[in-house]
Amino acid sequence: MPVQFSETALAEVKRLVARYPEGKQKSALLPVLHLAQEQFGGWLSTETLDYVASLLQLSPIEVYEVATFYSMYNLQPVGKHVFEVCQTGPCMLNGSDEIIEYVWEKLGIRPGQTTTDGLFTLKTVECLGACGYAPMMQMGKHYREHLTRDKVDQIIAESRK
Amino acid sequence: MLKAESNRMGRKLLLDKAHVENIRLYEVYRREGGYRSVEKALKSMSPDQVTDEVKKSGLRGRGGAGFPAGLKWSFLAKPEGVPRYLVVNADESEPGTFKDRYLMEFIPHLLIEGMITSSYALGSTTSYIYIRGEYAWIVDILEQAIAEARHNGWLGKNILGSGFDCDIHVQRGAGAYICGEETALLESLEGKRGNPRIKPPFPAVKGLWGCPTVVNNVETIAAVVPIINEGGEEYAKIGIGKSTGTKLISACGNINKPGVYEIDMTISVEEFIYSDEYCGGIPNGRKLKACIPGGSSVPILPANLLLKTAKGETRLMNYESLADGGFASGSMMGSGGFIVMDDRQCVVRHTYTLARFYRHESCGQCSPCREGTGWMEKILWNIETGKGKMSDIDLLWDIQRKIEGNTICPLGDAAAWPVAAAIRHFRDEFEWHVNHPEEAQTRNYGLAHYADPLVLTA
Repeated sequence: MPVQFSETALAEVKRLVARYPEGKQKSALLPVLHLAQEQFGGWLSTETLDYVASLLQLSPIEVYEVATFYSMYNLQPVGKHVFEVCQTGPCMLNGSDEIIEYVWEKLGIRPGQTTTDGLFTLKTVECLGACGYAPMMQMGKHYREHLTRDKVDQIIAESRK
Repeated sequence: MLKAESNRMGRKLLLDKAHVENIRLYEVYRREGGYRSVEKALKSMSPDQVTDEVKKSGLRGRGGAGFPAGLKWSFLAKPEGVPRYLVVNADESEPGTFKDRYLMEFIPHLLIEGMITSSYALGSTTSYIYIRGEYAWIVDILEQAIAEARHNGWLGKNILGSGFDCDIHVQRGAGAYICGEETALLESLEGKRGNPRIKPPFPAVKGLWGCPTVVNNVETIAAVVPIINEGGEEYAKIGIGKSTGTKLISACGNINKPGVYEIDMTISVEEFIYSDEYCGGIPNGRKLKACIPGGSSVPILPANLLLKTAKGETRLMNYESLADGGFASGSMMGSGGFIVMDDRQCVVRHTYTLARFYRHESCGQCSPCREGTGWMEKILWNIETGKGKMSDIDLLWDIQRKIEGNTICPLGDAAAWPVAAAIRHFRDEFEWHVNHPEEAQTRNYGLAHYADPLVLTA
């Protein structure tokens, strides 16, 4: 099936492009890639990148070079729930290494891996600006903070529901 | 009781209303005196008068560099017929820093108000907020605040009948620390990789889409609101010397009360760490070992140099005092990301995580930074895991010296300084790792002499 945005998503692209001066639609690239990732299963395939290029009248390379630069774009398929655990200094001081280890214990996945049932992916990330509420991880649009083993259990259980 | 308490805690200009219920909503924010600065500026001041007040206030950029904001505004080129832009830098990504998030999350209208007043001063009719992609839920909060402001006539055409038009858009980044550097931010806003530009030309002359642009941090723009309301001279009376006004500090690490605090830059570092009004001391009866007072890029200091300067004076929470002694014995205010480490923590391991961070975030344009950050990460990992050699410590020193000052943007310096300061002040902890590779896998070096009173040589 060819990659194609829904009518609603296309309207959103139009709204985004209108925020910039005439001819500067390239500025919409980052937000449109976010939208594409949401629409097409949490990652960006080459087909998706080409589709975004045609939508914004860019050459594919302009889209590839951006998609590969920013860490939030997934260029490989990911699980339904992505645990993005911060591991930078302030989180490390408060036990982020133990949280990463505990996810391994519970789900058998190391950073970069996805569970065989396709439910969970573990990613380690660098500082997300939640240093006072460490350790923490990002899940989709939201942060889960003050993590403990119990909290990780809870998050896994509610994700499985 | 409450009054005495708030006096002791110093004046609050940004967060004084942050705890009012529903302050996030327009009606409440307006009822509490919000948008007065826009009324005052648009009805009774010229754009240049607004800039003059910001100059008089002594406000320094709150993103980390501390450059005088009014001066930056006065550099903005104003060629006829060319649009000018205000871009707010909300790409808060410096490890230890989470103050802008707090401000945008809890009192978003303060930023929007500051942006309208500042846009008027700069002549920007379309202004942008560039926010880090991970703060996804804050985008919704800001967009709601913008919609409310527009609905109530503070944005759009001919605001308050002044003839001034203004609109604000929120642009989400996608995960790149480098986009906090202003020219990388502009590249990103143009839909490109976040590769910093060579300066000059500066954004004030050639910025967004080649037009004159001012890029300011969230907190800087929020501070314009009290400056216009109370006047630049009043604002400048708060604080000491060139550290005027108030500063948001995000405190984290091993403290009882992590969080965001507004200080007036007259309190001591010791009071900030130990008083119940702020960090509330170190948990579990542990001792203070070290601190990075201004975000991961600024030099780490051992406890004894943190609380007192090398001259034996009490160190204060302001730009000048934190920097007292230069890099030999001081640090920097930076972004206000205050990271506290207790006596269980390992400086080598912490420095390793920062080196990994900078390697991950280097854009790759300049070889000293692209290659050097990777080498530093690997060497630090070797030392931390018991595979280090004594010569590695000198090699680390050599690499950081060769990065510093040799790159297009300050990320190179930001990567070099934490490594340099860790070796400068904690060299024996590094040597202990090399000399005791097995023991270093089972325990940390501990407090050692890092909190001992300094012997003054003067």
